[in-house]
Amino acid sequence: MKQLFNQLNFDQMRQFGTFFGLLALCILFTILSPHFFTTSNLLNVAQQSAIIAVISVGMTFVIITAGIDLSVGSVLAFSGVVMASVLHSGLPIPIGILVGLAVGFSCGLVNGMLVTYGKIPPFIATLGMMSIARGAGLWYTDGRPISGFDDTFRFLANGEIFHIPVPVIIMILVYIAAHFILTRTKMGRYTYAIGGNVDAARLSGINIKLYLNIIYGVAGLLSALAAVMLTARLNSAQPIAGIMYELDAIAATVIGGTSLFGGKGTVIGTLIGALIIGVLRNGLNLLGVSSFIQQIVIGSVIIGAILLDTNLKNSKS
Amino acid sequence: MTNSGYILEMHNIRKEFPGVLALDDVQLTLKKGEVHVLLGENGAGKSTLMKILSGAYSKDSGEIFIDGSLTEIQSPAHAQELGIGIIYQEFNLNPYLSVAENIFLGREPVYFPGIIHWDRLYREAQSILDSLNVNINAKQKVESLGVAMQQMVEVAKALSLKARILIMDEPTASLSNKEIESLFKTIMHLKQQGVAIVYISHRLVEIFEIGDRVTVLRDGKYIGTKPVSQLTREEMIKMMVNRDLDDQIPKVKAEIGEIVLQVDNLNVNNRLKEISFKLRKGEVLGISGLMGAGRTRLAKTLFGDEIITSGRILIDGREVTLKSPRDAINVGIGLVTEDRKSEGLILDLSVKHNISLPNINKFIKGGVLNFKKENAVADEYIGKLKIRTPSRNQNTIYLSGGNQQKVVLSKWLCSDTKIFIFDEPTRGIDVGAKTEIYQLMNRLTANGAAIIMISSEMPEILGMSDRILVMRDGRIAGELSDSEATQEKLMNLALGEPYEAAV
Repeated sequence: MKQLFNQLNFDQMRQFGTFFGLLALCILFTILSPHFFTTSNLLNVAQQSAIIAVISVGMTFVIITAGIDLSVGSVLAFSGVVMASVLHSGLPIPIGILVGLAVGFSCGLVNGMLVTYGKIPPFIATLGMMSIARGAGLWYTDGRPISGFDDTFRFLANGEIFHIPVPVIIMILVYIAAHFILTRTKMGRYTYAIGGNVDAARLSGINIKLYLNIIYGVAGLLSALAAVMLTARLNSAQPIAGIMYELDAIAATVIGGTSLFGGKGTVIGTLIGALIIGVLRNGLNLLGVSSFIQQIVIGSVIIGAILLDTNLKNSKS
Repeated sequence: MTNSGYILEMHNIRKEFPGVLALDDVQLTLKKGEVHVLLGENGAGKSTLMKILSGAYSKDSGEIFIDGSLTEIQSPAHAQELGIGIIYQEFNLNPYLSVAENIFLGREPVYFPGIIHWDRLYREAQSILDSLNVNINAKQKVESLGVAMQQMVEVAKALSLKARILIMDEPTASLSNKEIESLFKTIMHLKQQGVAIVYISHRLVEIFEIGDRVTVLRDGKYIGTKPVSQLTREEMIKMMVNRDLDDQIPKVKAEIGEIVLQVDNLNVNNRLKEISFKLRKGEVLGISGLMGAGRTRLAKTLFGDEIITSGRILIDGREVTLKSPRDAINVGIGLVTEDRKSEGLILDLSVKHNISLPNINKFIKGGVLNFKKENAVADEYIGKLKIRTPSRNQNTIYLSGGNQQKVVLSKWLCSDTKIFIFDEPTRGIDVGAKTEIYQLMNRLTANGAAIIMISSEMPEILGMSDRILVMRDGRIAGELSDSEATQEKLMNLALGEPYEAAV
């Protein structure tokens, strides 16, 4: 075991640490509550985590490029209501979903263009989009939810394939694809390169603008995919959906070991991060801890993870 | 042993950085009211010496006497207390505050702690400005001032700190002739008040106009101190560059072939002017010049990273448009940047990932990275270039300078580069690795590549180049063949002025 650890670099150690953190939480809640470690509850956690987990994938790509996307929650709401209106108009479900995804991708692309061509810091560009997409969703629906969809659509939330809930399957597929892209393709390599050193990346012939636009676009697209999952689950698309989701997504990403300075991170880590948040919420609920206190706990975990990160790193170097 | 005539004496100053002896037994003495010119090539040790004097660096050994008493300068704040002021080329002013606020920043006169005495602030600032004979209102915002006037604010700031020793680092670098004139008036004025000035400049004409004595450094060594009036321009240049070239630069001449790169009348936004030259297969074309002469900009322009205002670039006789580094890479150009840490490498990526980065398509099959091939190629270059790394998966941040440079080189070797641009290829690299880099260059030219090598190191540029272009103020000031090039001729061209008159 010791030998194994000696072979790992800091980032791999970090990932193990996060995983053990998740394990420790599970053990803790198993001891504290008889209802935690049951198949139905664990699937419940996975299902509840799936939406944040999907959004966090886009966030991970963006943060690896040393950016940030604050608009994911608003983009989710906006693309959700547009999709819902298309579904209500009687067009086929795939068309509705595609329109929703297109709206999400477009919002993300606008973010990307503001960052690359407008040279606006990502924080500001996506803060603007956060407000614009939220407003657009409210305006489009006049502030009212669009509810009631047929069972075929709702299968995306309530269905099961081989006893596994569909949202969990979607999440797993997204993570497999993202992990593959990040580790096995040009796009992934460029993502790390841009975040690691944008000047060196440019001088290595990488088209920075193109790849940043794709990455922000995909982050928007994944928000829209989360909108599909959320709308199906609630049987309603709400213009006020997804508020504060950006914080959960950033938290999952950062707890998962992605550096806010860019250049480092994995989606596996992010998945563990999203599950840590999901388990925390679920466990605290089971223990009857109020949602107010839950916010305090989750905030503390985020800060604790970063504190540990920076200080471990400093002590190492 | 101290001579009371000197306000400052620095004796036997030594400073070593990892792998570099920056200052070796250096002397500097200052008299009250003199302008003492510190002269030397890029990297001669002038800045290091001034950083020691201003408390930014601590010396390894040596003695500093101020007013005849032995003094250890502890910190920049301590240097200020001792009356040492420094004006960098980059000003440290807050553009949105007034002139007076800048002069007294952090030391504002107060009624009682926390409440600024504005009347006194402006009055005292104005009186210092007036004493300098400059027409600046203390209440003006710094951003409304031109460069020359901002410099005066820096001078005023130093004087407000009761500076008796004022260091000016290339103060005329960005001034117009008229502004230089008024700066010189101020300097004369300061002299009369007994302020001693250390004046760093490459402009020999100015030195003759304003300098009293000159101290020359070369390669971190003290060459000598003489009254300006007893020196000619040629003697100064000789002192700056007259080093023995008994070095072991292992240049192997390659067969020179046809023209691979031709640059016709290239202009970039007033920074590069009317640049024309040709580069041949198998050739090492050295580019010499002082810092700021436009050498790095030329390299970046040829690499597609600057917007060309006018002019043509031809590769193998065909005109090309280089709008991005990608365009340049595609026509076979590779740039080994001056600063490998900030521009050459992604330090948090491994050796192999850095090597494959510029030409990653080579390693892609059906949209997927071929790790086997990537590993094999990385191992190939690690072996060929003798890159010392525990493994191909090591992040480049942990490699030594020489090995990092070899990784950068591998990037371009792996990209089928035919024209290599080296910008200061051996900066910060130890002697052994330097020789290896030179041998690699020999191998490149022997294999038919062409090399443009920008270098500030005379032995390197004289030893490795087949032909040398000297740049000055964004232009090519002259071209020297391998056989006619000497240190003196290069420096003469780089400094400009009289040489042109003589031609």
